[in-house]
This record gives sequence, structure tokens and C-alpha cells, in this order.
Amino acid sequence: MGMLISNEPDFMIHGVLKYQMFGQDFWITTTTIGMWIVTVLILVIAVLANRTLKNATDVPGTFQNALEYAYTMLEKMGETILGGNTRRFINYIGTIFLFILFCNLSGLLGLRAPTADYGVTFLLGMFTFFIVNYQGIKNHGVGHFTSLFQPTPVLFPINLIGELANPLSISLRLFANLLSGVIIMGLWYGMLPIFVNIGIPAALHAYCDLFSGCIQTYVFCMLTMVYVNDKL
Amino acid sequence: MNGISGQDFIFGCSAIGAGLAMIAGIGPGVGQGIAAGHGASAVGRNPGAQSQITSTMLLGQAVAETTGLYGLVVAIILMFVKPFGA
Repeated sequence: MGMLISNEPDFMIHGVLKYQMFGQDFWITTTTIGMWIVTVLILVIAVLANRTLKNATDVPGTFQNALEYAYTMLEKMGETILGGNTRRFINYIGTIFLFILFCNLSGLLGLRAPTADYGVTFLLGMFTFFIVNYQGIKNHGVGHFTSLFQPTPVLFPINLIGELANPLSISLRLFANLLSGVIIMGLWYGMLPIFVNIGIPAALHAYCDLFSGCIQTYVFCMLTMVYVNDKL
Repeated sequence: MNGISGQDFIFGCSAIGAGLAMIAGIGPGVGQGIAAGHGASAVGRNPGAQSQITSTMLLGQAVAETTGLYGLVVAIILMFVKPFGA
């Protein structure tokens, strides 16, 4: 990175605090702190939402109206794919939807988006992988494994790779989209003279954080539901 | 080649490789354009279903983008993680 002009662009993950556990070095990074902030934000909203919905009124106020709209939207999104099974999975889908959405939008608050760290998105992909396989074993038993040999046994390696590539592909898609946004914003803020940093970044934030972040959240939840629906 | 160490040569070749990896961006560009064109003609034929067509188109485009993003990941690894010649 030595070839760049005076102020270096900054889009890397930084370690903030080092601690030792089980004889290993661990770091509290900017990603961890971003996730704490996002978690606290979601918790505050959840507590407020709980209090509002316990005292729900017939004529909804602004906040209650927004909550009901959000839930209806989520349920409609689930019903296009899962149909009658929406109720069983909407807890999980809603949770990852909120988490990924707030993580993606945290770029607007000046944080480095936590989902632009492969450690976070890989874990989200693994959650999907475990849920899909749990549902497959629960609903099909041994058939879940024999389906890998399905058309002919010759295709077993290809089917196996196809199964194992699912969590990789959905986690890499989320990671790479957010990372490209973070890099573009970092280069724009770090490399260009000060006068282009007024006004123009708003358009970039609207595309890289708002548009791309919302689309990728939608896609991640949609694909999780599609994979789960295959195993029902 | 005088004054260029083997390390520098490897980093330079990694940068060229990163540039070549981003050729992968051509495919998703063409694919997303085709999807958007068909989406536009579908809306033209059936304007009532615009919201459904748009969401389907965006989902398909986001999935088609994946191969390009793999190229991006390879390029970023070559540039910043420096797997060769450490």
C-alpha cells in the first residue's frame, strides 16, 4: 500500500485490544465492536417494540404501525417461498434479517460494516448449512444422504460439492458485496482531495450501503429459505 | 531486472494476476444486462406485475453476480493477503 498519496486509505480490519485465552492470542477487532453496537441497537429497538406491542392500540401509532408493517412484509416474503411452513422459520429468518440489515446499514453510521469480515458471514452461512441439513435428516432420514447418489452413483462427487458449496457461496456473496462497498468508500475518502468529499459521498453511500446492503440482506434470507424449502 | 528483488517481482506479478482476475467482471455484467432487458420487456407486456417482476429480477441478478464476486475475492486476496512469496 506504499504507492498511494499522503493520507493512506483505510479499509482494513484493525485490532483494538489483545487478550490471551487458552494460551492463544485473541483480538477484539473493529468488527467485534461494530457487532456490539449493532446488537445494542437491535436490543433497544426490540425492548421498545415489546413495550409498544404489549400496550397495542386499535388505532396504531407511528411506531406500532412501522413494526406491524415490517412484520407483515417479512411474513409475505416468507410465504412466497415457504408457503404454509412460514410460521416455523420466521423467528430465525427474522433474526438474521434484522442482524444482517443493521450490520449492512452500519456503514452509514461511520462504522466498518461487520458483514465485510469473512468471519461473520461464514458463520451466518454455516448456520444456514446446519439448519438445512438438520431439516433434511429430520424429514428424510437416510434419504437425505442417499439423495446424493440420486440419478446415478457416478454423480456423487458433484452432488457432494454442490451441497458443500452452498454455505460458501451465500457467505462469499454477502462478504464480497459489502467488502467492495467498504473498499470503494475507503478509497474515495482516503485518496481524493477534500473538495470532492462534500456531497458526492452521499450518492455513493446510497448505492454501496443502502441499495447494496438491502438487496444482499433480501438475497441472503431468500436463499436460506429456498435451501430450507428444498429439504422440507 | 537490475535492482528488482525476487520479492518485488512476485508482488508485481500478483498485481497483474489481480487485474486479470477482474476479467471475471465481464460475465456478470452481460448476464445482469440480459436479466434487466428481459425484466423491462416483461413489465412492458404486463405492467400490473411490476413489483413481482422487479423482485425476481433483482434476486436473479444478485445470484448471477456471484461469479464476478469470486473474481473480486481472488483479486483482493492476491493484492492484500499476499499468499505468494511471504
